[in-house]
Amino acid sequence: MKFETVIGLEVHVEMSANSKIFCSCGAKYGAEQNECVCPACCGMPGMLPVMNRRVVELGMTAGMMLNCRINRTTTFDKKSYYYPDLPASYQTTQWFAPIAVDGKVKIETDNGEKFIGIKQIHMEEDAGKLVHDDWTDTTLVDFNRTSVPLIEIVSRPDLSSAKEVIAYLERLRALLRFAGVSDCRWEMGTMRCDVNLSVRPEGSTELGVRTEMKNMNSLSAIEKAIEYEAARHIDAIVSGTEELVQETRRWDDIKGKSYSMRSKETAGDYRYFPDPTLMPIVIDDAWYDAVQATLPLLPEDKAALYMEAGLEEKTAWQLVASRRLCDVLDAAVEAGCPIKDAANWIFSDCMKLCNREKLTADELPVNGQDLAKLIALVKNGTVTRPNAARVLAAMFKDGVQPETFAAENGLLAGGNDDRVDAVVKQVVDENPKAVADFKAGKEKAAMALFGQAMKLLNKNCDPQQLKEKIFAELAKR
Amino acid sequence: MAVFTVKNENVQGKAVALDDLILTKDYPTAAGSKMLEGFMSLFDAEVVPRLQNAGYGIAGKVNVGEFSLDVLGETSHFGANRDQNGNLVSALSESIKTENAFACLCTDSNGTPRRAAALSGLCYIKPTYATVSRYGLVACVCSGETVGVMAKTADGCAEILSVIAGHDDKDGTSLPQNMIDSAKNADPICKVAVISSFMNGLSADMSEKVNASLASLRANGIEIEEIDDSVLPLAQPAWNTLSAAELCNNISRFDGVKYGYRTANYKNIEELYTNSRTEAFGLLTKMQLLYGSEVLSTENYMPVYDKALRMRRVLCAHFSELFASYDAIVLPACSQTAYVETDTDTAYNESLYTAPASICGLPVAAFGGIQIIGKAFSDYALLSLVKKTEGGAAQ
Repeated sequence: MKFETVIGLEVHVEMSANSKIFCSCGAKYGAEQNECVCPACCGMPGMLPVMNRRVVELGMTAGMMLNCRINRTTTFDKKSYYYPDLPASYQTTQWFAPIAVDGKVKIETDNGEKFIGIKQIHMEEDAGKLVHDDWTDTTLVDFNRTSVPLIEIVSRPDLSSAKEVIAYLERLRALLRFAGVSDCRWEMGTMRCDVNLSVRPEGSTELGVRTEMKNMNSLSAIEKAIEYEAARHIDAIVSGTEELVQETRRWDDIKGKSYSMRSKETAGDYRYFPDPTLMPIVIDDAWYDAVQATLPLLPEDKAALYMEAGLEEKTAWQLVASRRLCDVLDAAVEAGCPIKDAANWIFSDCMKLCNREKLTADELPVNGQDLAKLIALVKNGTVTRPNAARVLAAMFKDGVQPETFAAENGLLAGGNDDRVDAVVKQVVDENPKAVADFKAGKEKAAMALFGQAMKLLNKNCDPQQLKEKIFAELAKR
Repeated sequence: MAVFTVKNENVQGKAVALDDLILTKDYPTAAGSKMLEGFMSLFDAEVVPRLQNAGYGIAGKVNVGEFSLDVLGETSHFGANRDQNGNLVSALSESIKTENAFACLCTDSNGTPRRAAALSGLCYIKPTYATVSRYGLVACVCSGETVGVMAKTADGCAEILSVIAGHDDKDGTSLPQNMIDSAKNADPICKVAVISSFMNGLSADMSEKVNASLASLRANGIEIEEIDDSVLPLAQPAWNTLSAAELCNNISRFDGVKYGYRTANYKNIEELYTNSRTEAFGLLTKMQLLYGSEVLSTENYMPVYDKALRMRRVLCAHFSELFASYDAIVLPACSQTAYVETDTDTAYNESLYTAPASICGLPVAAFGGIQIIGKAFSDYALLSLVKKTEGGAAQ
């Protein structure tokens, strides 16, 4: 008998909303433990939730990007369970009227295009984090993550292999990142996934017994887990040695096995009910249209436009992997920079600096207008290429204006810089021995003078120009 | 037992007492429960700075029954207040009568302050829902509870209400300021209906008390019609369903982990939760928790909880119909003039009278054994009506 695998996914994505969903605490990654907390997100008595408008807009954006219908009246509900990382003992989520429903996402498979149905997208708050301290053998709670806004994207059981799941997740990630909903970084936990899987004889229309693997946080683990779990299900059905039960399982990526966590019988009743402290959110046409107007082109459409404008295919696709890179490039082009030059600068100097500063492409700190100005300065010969790299570094670090910075720091090419002239004269005057050595044919002596001059100028000058000036001064002696 | 759980001996300005569900950063807030004994809030409820900025002083924290769910404060962890005859006397009214507070702010969900005022010769207003911020109340029944004002006179209630009412961004349900201000221009109340079925279950002395107040209204030119109504009594089961469910959810945060009472007797997290809650909550609270978690279960949500939500809509629509013919509805505040022994049923039984205004968020004034329920934003009109019976200038 041949079997087919039926998979549905619940994907949790942390939204890039700057603050938490129901209070004004920051939601930054890597903060000190319990640094981003207030009485509201700690679930203290007396605090009431206040809806973060930006979160609703990001939820709408996600829904629109995934071709969903937006619920024009959307509400929040409370989900009750006890766990120490959940300070109010309930999670505020959307159960009855989620922000978006009935969408679809197109993926490429070996057999061509396939549409994966989206059942719903709902907004909710994240829980905190338990940290076990081996030294004192205690468990500590970090509430930084409580009430960080999430969306959960629930797919229909339309996926049939690990490969399709990976394609779907990569597509979700590309769309959500491009629309600025989330940075979707598996390694930081801003994208996580629950896998619901069952198998059935090929051609059957009934669904088999389903198991759920929770909190998967890498594509490779998801791929292995799906292959393992599908094989386990088929084996159980064929050999009959194990009875399949509807349950939640934990994937151990190191051992390459899944383990039973809890079965349906012991699963708690979450006692959902409408949250009376949050008014229904009504999305009128004006609001809907305003959010729709901010939607970006799809990444592939954007890439096609870049190729039309003369960029190579590879460069175009590299650009659309990050909305930020596209925004910088578009702004530079808008400011009059040729598109190829802008792309070259982004992928050479800008990315080099990003790597050095440990920034991702999404965090590229220069803006397109300033980058265009710098490129123009290089093209018209005002700043040399090596000096331009130094100007760019200052733009990265302090957000300086390229022209002003170059002028103030002696980085203009061929300009008559009195300061440089004075220093050159000074070092040549103060080092008669070096001058004599140079005259006697020791070229290295000139480099010693160059080094001293550079030091006195605090490296604020064009090296090529300085070298020329030193030789010119030596020639005069 | 003392009226105050904490008393401020050095009050600056006119003294206003706060019931012990209103969080204060300077005084502990226990909500009448062993669970929160000694709990210090990190912040003040919104009503506190509103009072202070207007020149009022905080007289102290008034002893309440556990989460103020009971009849007259008898379930307080700190003990009940009784007179020489053993009758329950609410600490809320005592804060004014014996401790000389100018007014007392009271959290009103199950009607305790309405009974307290109506039986003690004081005046009380439960304002229109969402006109006074609930920020900083120990939340029990968010969909219906409000901060009310008790004082000796209707003018005293109006004075304090005008200070604490107002829009608050920190409360997502808070109404816009212009809607709240509209209460100041409400039409006067001229014609009221008394619902006869509610008069049947009263003790003889309670009937007398209610009839005396009705006579006083009539003497002041108010037209009173007695009508029968079979819908309003349905507020009782609906309200108890909603309030038990919300209470169950809201106080689930008291789990012994972060603050409040923690059992000494546990070996794992399950036992920490169970034993802390078992040892700290009183019987009435536990009954509500059991019922509340039951009505929210998957099996009972649609047939019970959802039905109660729909009943709330029916009741609100029904009130609107009544208000087409009458300016206000008069109900007794409770069934007896005095309570000695109460059990968990008593609190439920008495909610027959208080549930209609609670479930629909309507303003209600209580005095002389009765409650007068008005349309939304008729708060000051209700107080003007009460003022007439006090012998004040009739308009």
